[in-house]
This record gives sequence, structure tokens and C-alpha cells, in this order.
Amino acid sequence: MPPHTFALSPAQLERFGEELDAIRAQVVADLGQEDVDYINRVIAVQRGLEVAGRGLLFFGFLAPAWVGGTAALSLSKILDNMEIGHNVMHGQYDWTGDKRLSGKEFEWDTACPADQWRHSHNYMHHTYTNIVGKDRDIGYGVLRMSEDEPWRPYYLGNLAWAALLALFFQYGVALHDLESERIVAGEVAIRERRGMLGQIWGKVKAQLLKDYILFPVLSGPSFPFVLAGNVAANLTRNLWAFTIIFCGHFPDGTEQFTEQETQDETRGEWYYRQLLGSANLTGGPLFHILAGNLSFQIEHHLFPDLPAHRYAQIARQVQEITERYGLAYNTGPLHRQFGSVVRKIARLSLPATRGPATPEQAALAPRSAGRAAA
Amino acid sequence: MPNVASSTRRPASRRLIRGVMGSKLLAALTYPHGVDRYAELVSPLALTEAVRAEVVEVDRQTPKSVTLTLRPNSNWRGHRAGQFVGVGVEVAGVRLTRPYSPAGPEQASAERLELTISTHPEGRVSRHLRDHARTGMVVDLTQAQGDFVLPDERPESVLLISGGSGITPVMAILRTLCEEGHRGPVGFLNYARSADLALYGPELDRLAQANPALRVRRGYTRGPSALSGRFCREHLDAVCGAGWEGETFVCGPPSLVGAVTAVLAEGCLPPPVVETFTSPPRAPAVDPQGATGKIRFARSDRAAPNSGLVLLEQAEDAGLQPDHGCRMGICNTCSSRKVSGTVRNLLTGECSSSPDQDIRLCVSVPVGDVVLDL
Repeated sequence: MPPHTFALSPAQLERFGEELDAIRAQVVADLGQEDVDYINRVIAVQRGLEVAGRGLLFFGFLAPAWVGGTAALSLSKILDNMEIGHNVMHGQYDWTGDKRLSGKEFEWDTACPADQWRHSHNYMHHTYTNIVGKDRDIGYGVLRMSEDEPWRPYYLGNLAWAALLALFFQYGVALHDLESERIVAGEVAIRERRGMLGQIWGKVKAQLLKDYILFPVLSGPSFPFVLAGNVAANLTRNLWAFTIIFCGHFPDGTEQFTEQETQDETRGEWYYRQLLGSANLTGGPLFHILAGNLSFQIEHHLFPDLPAHRYAQIARQVQEITERYGLAYNTGPLHRQFGSVVRKIARLSLPATRGPATPEQAALAPRSAGRAAA
Repeated sequence: MPNVASSTRRPASRRLIRGVMGSKLLAALTYPHGVDRYAELVSPLALTEAVRAEVVEVDRQTPKSVTLTLRPNSNWRGHRAGQFVGVGVEVAGVRLTRPYSPAGPEQASAERLELTISTHPEGRVSRHLRDHARTGMVVDLTQAQGDFVLPDERPESVLLISGGSGITPVMAILRTLCEEGHRGPVGFLNYARSADLALYGPELDRLAQANPALRVRRGYTRGPSALSGRFCREHLDAVCGAGWEGETFVCGPPSLVGAVTAVLAEGCLPPPVVETFTSPPRAPAVDPQGATGKIRFARSDRAAPNSGLVLLEQAEDAGLQPDHGCRMGICNTCSSRKVSGTVRNLLTGECSSSPDQDIRLCVSVPVGDVVLDL
């Protein structure tokens, strides 16, 4: 990848950072009862959907009950994972002092232990966003999602690995912090990961017990319907989460960075990288809630600790600032953004047919508007 | 008298429900959130362990106070006269906890708590309760705690001195003694600002009439009263009679406590049982020159002078190894509890003095003394 050229001067970057800081301060000053009431409402809906879904599945031998139950349970798991779990664990509601909303204590309805996710996501991914070699969300250690990742024949299966990751996404996320690609490469001994493996197994075991043994058995004759419904609900959540999450940093136009160029980053440069490394999704209010407001990936990466339902309110201000500084604001409907991600996965499954991009090729290749001309 | 609430008194049906709610099966089915997080959506008081109470009566004795009668849930273990409880209330979305002493007699403590909250000019919780308390409101409670208690073996002769809102624990002691038919002499001396701000006036008159051994005297610091000025030997003689000897309880501001302690010492009387309270600290002016104060790490039992660096670095300099991540205030990994003191947030410039607050160590600079739960 040719070295990144910052489109803004250091002075501009500083002002850029200050303007964004001001937006953050504005939201923080406004946080109050409405925000707590909102998240408590979402939680109440999620718990209600869960109880209703599991209840309906007990009558899953009736097709409408099975469909309704599976749908409700899927929605419950999606809400728990995204609008509630992801956002609460970012510490977005720590200011409330409510232990039930504590970022460091919250545990979510999915295979990944919350502690490990907090480390790999809050710390690693958000600090080193889109830095190749440091942000392991670039490919999760199983996919090739960057031209800078050297090609290997294994990557011919890029699309297949992506499909498998999508189907079993909750387990992919659960194993993410292990850095299994480093274990396989011999860099890390598996015995060093014993504690983490134990923690993962503890979580996976409890989830399997709940979804695939206890509820099915409790339902008596409805056993196969409850089991199928729970499998389907987990699958639905996996596919939905994968889709939304992969649209966050991979659609055409998103940029990646090297370790070198991001050393000793200023705050303005940090904001700059977060902006250009992220992409939004357009949609209605319900879509945004189900996406955990990760459809506002840009705003989320600029302000990870602001309650996510606030992103919609500040999106226009953020977009206006980026326009004034001549920077790209990457957004588009789900099908287009995800389509470009799938094409990228396919493209990166093949080795580059030529060497590093020539200046002419760089000029023709899709780039954000902010990049200085080569 | 020991705490009256006892599990043997509960009906069998309640014990069965508690048994089911606390069962491993239900824990596995509601994993990872736990039974309480579902039960409370049906009934906010239905919890397996935490104590909550519902406000069943609201009375405003004076313009600067509110008296709440609470009905606690079944986890409440009662209180001994003189103890306090931590009351958790949501104010503008933030969960705040303040200690208040139940004023009711021990004999009724299993089923009812009476709290009288006096407003503090800048008090968030006290003013919120005075303005917004209503029946049906649910508050969090801790179990009763504190050493300011009427001993099991009742002293023959008791003197109860209080200033302002310090009247509440001694009211509990007085009511308990009256309920028991205590025969020995009891003196009750209360200082308030003026007659219209004095609490429990009618009830104290009634108790004094019904109990010949009880003598009630009041001093008004801003109004005409028989007892003028601060507590002194004359006040003691006025309420107890000359040559009095007995157990003294004093609850009030440090100045009152100091005066009582001094007078008793001069008279070679046993020292008083004391409860005092200090106002929450105001944020000290930020001193640009240098750092002042001391940082105490409560759990590690270490302390160090404030070096002016961010608390994460000060903790590391003191030999601790707190969790940390990005070290720039984003990932929330270093979030820890500040027990008391004021800190300035480097990102926002804001100071915060709230006790028991979670702060990000990597961007918090102490202003004066700070105690951390590390």
C-alpha cells in the first residue's frame, strides 16, 4: 500500500480535532434521564422478546408459533448483542452509576466472554482501528481483508471462510482474543492461553446448556422445535451481526493505515484515522436500533463512549465538518456497502496480478476524496 | 433487641418462591443476566438478594424536608435503632446513593422504614426527593449498618442530643425506648434553625406528655428559644437536671459533637456515642501551580503524595498494576472507582467531586486528596 498522505496540515488536523471534541462535550453535557430511560426501554423490550420467543417455541409444533418464537428470540439476541451489549460494554452508560449498565461488568447472551471482548474490541480495535498488523478485526485472523496482507494459497477460500465465519460468527468472536493465528504460526504457545481457553469454554458451555439442552428438554415433546428454533435464532443473530460489522470498515473507500504513519498520533490525527477507516449505513430508525447504531460506524469510532442512540443526532454535524475539511464521509445503503465488501473478499482471495499499484493505477483506483492526488 | 426480620417468620409459599428463584436451574435458564433482571421487569421489588423498597407514604413536615415511609422487599433484614442505610435514587439519569438513618422504632423495622431527609442547599438527592418523591417510587437500599446503636442492654439513663437532620437516628432510639416502656430518665435535646424547621415537633410533645421520665428540650439557632447559643453545661443541666449521669448519644455537625464531647469531659462524664457527617466536598479551585494532597489506594492500603500526573501513572508509580488499555481515555479498560475526592478530566477539563464514581484513570488528574478503590 502506498504511504498514506494526510490531506490536512497539522494545524488543520488540530482544529478538526477541536471541532469534534466540541461535539462530544455538547453531548456529554446533555446526557440525562432520557438516555437512561431509552436504554432501559430497549432492555425491557429485549427481555420481553426473549421470554415471549422462548415461550412461543414451547408450542413450536405449530408452525406460526415456531416462526413467531424464532423471530422473537432472534430479535432478542440481536438487541442484546448490539444495541445493548456492545454499547453498554463500551462504557456508554457508566455515567449513570447503575451497576446493571456497568461497562466492565456486563455479560452478554453470546459465546464470547465479555472480558475478552472488552480487551479485543474496546482496547485493541478502537485504539488501532484499521492499522494493518495491529487491528485484528482486519480479517479476524482467518480472512484476507487487506492488500498488505501477503497472499497465501489458503486465501483462495476467502469467500468460503467468510461464509463459515458468518454462520458461526459468535464462535469466531469468542475465539478472537486468543490470537489463534499466532498460535498456529508458533508465535504463542497454547499453554499460555490456558486461562483464556478456560474462560471461553465456561461461557460456551453455559450458552450451549441453556439454548441446546435445558430449554429443549424442559419443553418435553416440543424438544426438536425448541432446539431448531434456538439454533435458527443464534444463526440469525450471527449472520446479521456479521453483515453489519463487516460493513463497518471494509466497504469501498475505507482506508487502512500502517503502524509507522500512526505512531505518536495527535488527537486530530486519531479522529482522522477513525473517520477514514469507517463507513456508515443508511436506513430508518428501526434499522439503526437493530444495527446497534453501528450503522453510524463513523460517529461510533469518533465517540465510542457516547450512548449510541445519540449518533443519529450528531451525524449531520459530523458530516458538515468533514465536508468543510474536504474529507470523505462514507455512507450508503446496506446492499451497496455489503456488496462492495463481498467483492473485496472475492478480490483479495486472489494474488495481485501486478506488483504494487503504479501512480496511474492509484489515480484510477477508488480512493476517498480527501486523499491528496498521487 | 436483635433485628426482627427473620426467615423463619416467612410463610412457606414465600420460601418456596425464593427457593425457586435462587435455584441453579433458573440461573442456568436466565444466564448470563440472572433471574433478577427478568423478575424486576414484572415487579421491581422481586429480587433474590438486593434490597429495594417502595415509597408508601410521603409527608412534608417542613418546607426543607420530606419524610418517606418505605416498604422494603423481603431481603431487608431490619435495623437497630441508630443505624443508617444507603439509599439509592436515580436523579437525572444518574444513580446516587446517600446515607440516611431510619427514624422509626426497631419494633417496626421489619416491615417499615421511616426516613426524614433534610435538604442540603446543593444536595442533588435531598432536593430531588423533596421535590419529586411520590408513593410508588422504588429506591435501592443497603442493609442497615453503623455503630451508632442503642446497646442490647439498655442503659438506665439516656441523653439524646441532635442537631438538624441528626435527629433521625436519635428519634429511632427514643421511639424504641418508648415502645419498650423504658422506665429510666431520658433526655432529648435537639437544635434546629427555627421552630418551623424543627422536625417531629408534635410527636415529641406527645411522647413527652405520655412519658413522665422523658424530658424534651429544643434550641433554635435562629430564633427565640429557652436554650440560647451553643451546647454548654447549662443546656445539659436544663435537659437532664444537675448531677446527671448516663449514656449520651450525639448526632449532628462536628461543632455540636465537639461541644458535647468537651462538656462531658469537663464534667468527668463518660464520652458520648457519636455520629457526625460532613458536607460533600466542593470542587477545590484548580491550582495551576502544583499538585496538592495525597492519593490513597484503599484496597492496597498504600498512599502517596499527589504528583499531579494522571491517576493511572500515579498508581503505577506507587507499585500498583491497574488494568489499562489505550491510555487515552477511549477504551474504558482503566475505569476504576474513585471513593472520594475531586478529579479533573484531561479530555473535557471538567472537575468532578462525586463520591463512589467510576473514572478513567488514564485521563483523570487528582485535585487535592483522592481515595481510589485500587
